[in-house]
Amino acid sequence: MFFILHTFQQFQLLFITLFEFLNPILEILQKNGLVFSFLLVGLIMYVSYLLSKILTNHKIPGAAIAISFGLFIAYLGNGEKGIASIPIFSGMAVLGGSMLRDFSIVSTALGASFAEIKKTGWVGLLCLVIGTVLAYIVGGSVAYIMGYTDAKSIATIGAGACTFIVGPVTGSAVGASSSVIAISIAIGVIKSVIVTIATPFVAEKLGIIDPHNAMIFGGLVGSTSGVSAGLAATNPKLVPYGALTATFHTAMGCLLCPSILYFLTQFFID
Amino acid sequence: MKIYGVALLAFCFLVGHILGDFLGKVFHLNGNLGGVGFAMLMLILLNDYFKKKKLLAEETESGILFWSKMYIPVVIAMSSTQNVKAALSGGWLALTVGLLATLACYLFIPIMSKLNLNN
Repeated sequence: MFFILHTFQQFQLLFITLFEFLNPILEILQKNGLVFSFLLVGLIMYVSYLLSKILTNHKIPGAAIAISFGLFIAYLGNGEKGIASIPIFSGMAVLGGSMLRDFSIVSTALGASFAEIKKTGWVGLLCLVIGTVLAYIVGGSVAYIMGYTDAKSIATIGAGACTFIVGPVTGSAVGASSSVIAISIAIGVIKSVIVTIATPFVAEKLGIIDPHNAMIFGGLVGSTSGVSAGLAATNPKLVPYGALTATFHTAMGCLLCPSILYFLTQFFID
Repeated sequence: MKIYGVALLAFCFLVGHILGDFLGKVFHLNGNLGGVGFAMLMLILLNDYFKKKKLLAEETESGILFWSKMYIPVVIAMSSTQNVKAALSGGWLALTVGLLATLACYLFIPIMSKLNLNN
């Protein structure tokens, strides 16, 4: 009995020393939240890309796994701010806040060029508009049928049907709630996974066999990560063409969804 | 210098936001109407213009490229800070919309490529 009690006390002592040792470290992590979030996201990406390679042979893109992982850890936090509600992870809210998010999204426009998209002619432009409007209408209608009746939520979910970027950009532009933004991210991720997996199987049937049609495909579907991964599994030579128009699709979505489409939605709802 | 690229990106970002905010006020909608979209279009145009004039040094471009490589990490951080607990009831909605929207887009591919051939 004495022996057990003795070991217990030793354990307690060990925990106290461990805590005293860890506490200043935790404090440093919390104080340098943004830098800590770089480390965390880096680790999440490393593990996700490894899982993508080992478990799915790149069939499910690492980016999609990593974003799903992000949504999962958001669940571990409590309430409105996800994981950032735990003080030590508050830096995630800075890295994933709207300022750095919009900044990095705008920078992806470097992958697009008007000189290139002109080669598809007016059909290319039409694809971008149809792809965006179609996804928005499908997403918005389903949201309305399933009980979302305010224009902000409908617009955000409709935008999420474009890509996982357009959803949150629209959501924060129109002031939608964090839970609706989370749904819009999930929709975009699901779309990207479907596109990645399905494209190699249907490419020939749909005629995605040359650069021209790859550009049409990217413009219509939009999801840059899904289009790139899907084309890589079909024919790697087509990737730059699809990615180019898919990037334009993101720009088109960020332009149309929080403006004209949101405006029209509000007009029809009220 | 890399900072020139970052500065150019910041310029496009800010002009886009100011424009989006302005439009929001004009149309009496609280929010930023397409600011990110305007910023992206502006960067595409400026990039095309500078490339044509051979004004964009590789160093400058790499300042922008760094941020474009950061966008997936930023999206991951953003996902981890959403109210997922409250969103869980919307799981079926997400699945339905994801499936239907993708299907709808795929159906248009053969139609659009036919238009392309006729051209």
